[in-house]
Amino acid sequence: MADPIIAVHNLFFTYADGVEALRNVSLDILPNELFVLFGPSRSGKTTLLRLFNRLSDLIEGTRVQGDVLIDGRNVFAPDVNVYSLRRRITMVFAIPTPLPGSIYENLTYGLKMAGIRDRSELAGRVERSLKQAALWDEVKDRLESSAFALSGGQKQRLCMARSLALEPEVILLDNPTSGLDPLSTATVEESLYDLKQRYTIVMVPHSVQQAARVADRAAFMLDGELVEIGPAGRLFVNPQNKRTEDYITGRFG
Amino acid sequence: MAVAKESPPARTRADETHSVNWGEAIIETLIKAAGISTIFIIALIFFFLLREGIPAFLDIPLRQLFGPRWYPIEGIYGLLPLLVGSLMVTVGAVVIALPLGIITAIYLGEIAPLWLREILKPIIEILAGIPSIVLGFLGWVVLAPLVQNLGAPTGLTAFTGSLILAYMSLPTIISISEDALYAVPKEYRDGALAIGATQWQTIWRVVVPAARSGMVIAIMLGIGRAIGETMAVMMVTGNASNIPPLSPGMFFQPVRTMTATIAAEMGEVAQGTLHYNTLFAIGIVLFVISFAINSVAGRLVGVKGTRRERHGAQL
Amino acid sequence: MSRQQTHRLAMIVITLVAAIAVIPIVFVIGYVVWNGISAISWAFLTEAPRTGMTEGGIMPAIVGTVILIFGTAIVSMPLSIATAVYLAEYAHDNRLTRYIRLAIVNLAGIPSIVYGLFGLGAFVLFMGFGTSIVAGSLTLGIMTMPVVISTAEEAILGVPQQFRTVSLSLGATRWQTIRYQVLPHALPGILTGLILGLGRAAGETAPILFTVAAFYLPELPGSVFDQTMALPYHLYVIATQVPGMPLSIQYGTALVLLLIVLSLTLTATIVRTQMRRRREW
Repeated sequence: MADPIIAVHNLFFTYADGVEALRNVSLDILPNELFVLFGPSRSGKTTLLRLFNRLSDLIEGTRVQGDVLIDGRNVFAPDVNVYSLRRRITMVFAIPTPLPGSIYENLTYGLKMAGIRDRSELAGRVERSLKQAALWDEVKDRLESSAFALSGGQKQRLCMARSLALEPEVILLDNPTSGLDPLSTATVEESLYDLKQRYTIVMVPHSVQQAARVADRAAFMLDGELVEIGPAGRLFVNPQNKRTEDYITGRFG
Repeated sequence: MAVAKESPPARTRADETHSVNWGEAIIETLIKAAGISTIFIIALIFFFLLREGIPAFLDIPLRQLFGPRWYPIEGIYGLLPLLVGSLMVTVGAVVIALPLGIITAIYLGEIAPLWLREILKPIIEILAGIPSIVLGFLGWVVLAPLVQNLGAPTGLTAFTGSLILAYMSLPTIISISEDALYAVPKEYRDGALAIGATQWQTIWRVVVPAARSGMVIAIMLGIGRAIGETMAVMMVTGNASNIPPLSPGMFFQPVRTMTATIAAEMGEVAQGTLHYNTLFAIGIVLFVISFAINSVAGRLVGVKGTRRERHGAQL
Repeated sequence: MSRQQTHRLAMIVITLVAAIAVIPIVFVIGYVVWNGISAISWAFLTEAPRTGMTEGGIMPAIVGTVILIFGTAIVSMPLSIATAVYLAEYAHDNRLTRYIRLAIVNLAGIPSIVYGLFGLGAFVLFMGFGTSIVAGSLTLGIMTMPVVISTAEEAILGVPQQFRTVSLSLGATRWQTIRYQVLPHALPGILTGLILGLGRAAGETAPILFTVAAFYLPELPGSVFDQTMALPYHLYVIATQVPGMPLSIQYGTALVLLLIVLSLTLTATIVRTQMRRRREW
């Protein structure tokens, strides 16, 4: 097995009010796989996701214990440049969130903040990322138009393209199809198969069914704990842990 | 890096040089410095007031300083007439403005049809924007002669000042009272009307009492504004620096406020003289009074919705 | 009296009282316009006063007020916006922040004449600027800070949180996020507050009494260290200290001042409504 690209060792995460959101979580995520974190709400999946790109920093008063390693380096080490970390590990959120401005401006925002100003470079990345997100054909003639004029599904693919423009290594998807109609959902899920070739994907799914459809490996989380982890083929068909089985079969949720 | 793909431009790969972080650190320091600048400025204001005003407290025996005669020409600096003058004008203003303002707020909030409200509210806001010198000017040329026709020896009286001040405080009192009334839940009104109360009974017995605390704040802020007003009162109160004898007509005597005294006399005073110091001392008194009022009112209001939840977890 | 009669009586009284509150406002403005409009002419607005102010125009006072408006803006804007950014984006919920807010509330409540004293002691004398545009602008600028800070903070808080989160998730730094996502979208609100504050500052007399205002200057100010005439002070003087002053000129001066102040307030309101309409989100 290759070296994991993300490794979590004995992770505890506590909010300012003392609530433990993550309890002794350990897992490995391998390069170029589509890894799914699933479980009922309040299980810690989103919290864990946000630790990977340190968006957890935005919440005040939290405590972290344990390690989160990206390529072997602890993300909480003092000499880590959190900004370039977030460009290597990008995130797409549950609601489509375009920034005010044109499609072009949305896609180039992160690049400009990183100091990339060369017009041809920017244009190239815009085109590549839109193609990877399966949005190029629909918007290539109106890159200067407002991003808010797009449909819900298009907005979400724009957000994915925005992340891809940074040419990251890992893409974090936090319930990316939650607000989308079935057709847009299918489009997004399809694009994941291609994206997997170039990137590692960690995803919180909308439903167990979605998880079973797209995952290579998956982890079931409950109340901040990692209950079971394994290849999708086995986990969804023949879970080892009773709680996993109960959740997958819908006995609770 | 374990991922196989075309090698990307170096810029976004390796951890950058921290040139971005340098500029960032400087800007953040500047912002944080600006953050405490207001505390610094208030301290500075108080410092300079003290610097020029302390000699008055040191050189003039307190008995005289708070005595009943203000005759700088004879070297007598008693603040009492000025305090009384400010007090009279302020009390008069509040007595006029409070009912006027609260009732108008009731009218606007509970009775007036929507279209009328949309017309009246801008008008009241315009009042808030009229410079005090313009109101003082009109008081001087229009109101004072009117008051004189009512029988006062001159039209420049405490009452005239109170009247102008009352109108100047109106927008504040109306707006805060409106907010207080608006905050009363609809259920209170609906409940009263459901048991058969008339609209008036509902307003008087249910809505207004519930909005009481907001109105207290309105009073305090109205008082604060009235005490601090300078030009308008300077032009219409007559500037007689003696205490009117206690009588029913005392409000129709000329008075002088603390603010007007400073404005009127500072121009003729040499720097460093006792008179000069005393004028600054009056400034100290005004500063302390407004500080007291604002601190109390501020604590009553609490943090008015300016706290933002910093939950990065909810997008 | 029956309940219904009480109700009806109360309604009448309330409406009357409201009228007493509102009608004089209309009267004030109408009266100033009515009496002042006759004095307004091109000459009035562009010439200097003559014959001991009783003739001629008020141009130097108008120019002076405009200069002070700009000076106030220059002084109050950077510091106020920076303070607002601090309060909205950096400040924690602790005692220091409470003290800062207390300071702002108090700055807002300090009587304008006390600001005049402060300006005199700090800028005219201590800093040695003398009665000058600099001293006056600094005084007015500090006095205007509270209102600009409040509106600016509100405008900044009004920018949706998700813009910040997205910006940071794309690798932008905190300051980059503020500079490229927060401030640009808060700008209309910030401007509204600034223009409102400038409107108030333009009409103030007490702070400029000892710090910059002059009764009569033969020439327009040549540098920021010169004195200047200004409309509020001009009105005060011609109304109370010049014998034989034609009433029409007094009303005319009041009208010009009123127009300048009200047009600033109106501009602020227009900016605010335009911004609400043009928002993309």
